[in-house]
Amino acid sequence: MRYSGFRVIKEALTGHKGWKPVWRDPEPKAHYDIIVIGGGGHGLATAHYLSKVYGQRNVAVVEKGWIGGGNVGRNTTIVRSNYMLDGNEPFYEFSMKLWEGLEQDLNYNAMMSQRGIINLFHTDGQRDAYIRRGNAMILNGADAELLDADQVRKEHPYLNFDDARFPIKGGLVQRRGGTARHDAVAWGYARSADTHGVDIIQNCEVTGLRIENGKCLGVETSKGFIGANKVGCAVAGNSGRVMGMAGMRMPIESHVLQAFVSEGLKPVLPSVITYGAGHFYVSQSDKGGLVFGGDLDGYNTYAQRGNLPVVEDVCEGGVSLMPMIGRARLLRMWGGVMDMSMDGSPIIDRTPVEGLYFNGGWCYGGFKATPASGHCFAHLLAKDEPHPTTTVYRLDRFRTGRMIDEKGVGNQPNLH
Amino acid sequence: MIINHPLLGPRDSSEFTYLGDASLIDRPDWQAENAAEAFYEYGYLRDNPAGKHQELWFHEAGDRSWLVVTRDTTTHEISKVELARDLARARGRSK
Repeated sequence: MRYSGFRVIKEALTGHKGWKPVWRDPEPKAHYDIIVIGGGGHGLATAHYLSKVYGQRNVAVVEKGWIGGGNVGRNTTIVRSNYMLDGNEPFYEFSMKLWEGLEQDLNYNAMMSQRGIINLFHTDGQRDAYIRRGNAMILNGADAELLDADQVRKEHPYLNFDDARFPIKGGLVQRRGGTARHDAVAWGYARSADTHGVDIIQNCEVTGLRIENGKCLGVETSKGFIGANKVGCAVAGNSGRVMGMAGMRMPIESHVLQAFVSEGLKPVLPSVITYGAGHFYVSQSDKGGLVFGGDLDGYNTYAQRGNLPVVEDVCEGGVSLMPMIGRARLLRMWGGVMDMSMDGSPIIDRTPVEGLYFNGGWCYGGFKATPASGHCFAHLLAKDEPHPTTTVYRLDRFRTGRMIDEKGVGNQPNLH
Repeated sequence: MIINHPLLGPRDSSEFTYLGDASLIDRPDWQAENAAEAFYEYGYLRDNPAGKHQELWFHEAGDRSWLVVTRDTTTHEISKVELARDLARARGRSK
């Protein structure tokens, strides 16, 4: 069923009896050409591009819970492509362009809102680093704009400009950045993939990978064995667990990142804002809640909840940046498990096991990467060669010394 | 989380900084034949288990000792806290 304004009017006049479930609930077949493990944003996007762009018709997505129940439903919904390094910026800009056409591509309202993102700076050194980053973005076809303090004040008069320790000196803006409705992204991809013949199999946990003579033959699941020519693993957060089934140790640690929503407020924040002196980023959802987050808790964990010291730290950052939110009440908080890689950048690559492919290590940048991650992983699975924007996201780059370390902190995952 | 320091008693985890898997104690021999491979694995690959995990915590805002904490990564429950020094010596390091 195609969605349109006419369809909404027609259904409104006929008692909304024509809406149908937007994806099937199929039983697994005995064998598929390609199985994608993980029905999150990246897995579903992979299925969509595999079926729609790369013409693969015999594809399944297996998901242990319900689709969209993992990190794609637990993030702060920010979309941007403001990276500096050559390995990252072309990929994230490719993703940004896919975001811009996503709703037309999927015929689904993902509530993509290009309200802009501003990274504030507080020192001359930080300004120079942002100028460099902005230039790198422009060189890669993205947009970037440097604002001085007066220009920032015009757009965001409520910020704490004259803080004695961290005065706001300006900001780097990407106008095309913004937010998207995270659940709708997962549902839109699922609907499109299903329409193109992909079997989305929920409540089907992968319990093992069947590997014989160095070749992956399929997955053992709670619904029995499912054979496949190729298996793609897109389970960021749990990559250590799933790849452990193939006997692989990964350059990844799992960490928890907490996020928060305040009670609903009248419109106060026109764009996404990140604080340059503390780790704090915030946007306002369409319902009015301030959606914000900060640092990782900093220790290995698979528990989807964090501890109070980080809650305090994030809220301190928020109040020092915009004192007006001091009286807003916190409505909800939650944690998501991140694949923190050893250089802070993702991995989309083959593995030493034939027929087994890996997509993970997204750190806390997974949501904005969803469309390009799916597109590039589909390219790799369908053609057996990396997409031009992901040739450097190699699994073995740590062995060969070709790290993509945006922050320059080395092999310390909790600092990225 | 409360870490029960072997010398100081229960301390809040916010006094500590976290390094990672306790296997980092076992630095490979730099003169060995396979040193490059061993250091690659030492530096970059992790078991990253869901469950019991031995890990290094540094008591930065306290007595500046290194601890090996055994903690469940699915529940955050801490079952054992040792001085990293004792553990390293027991393994024949830093005699």
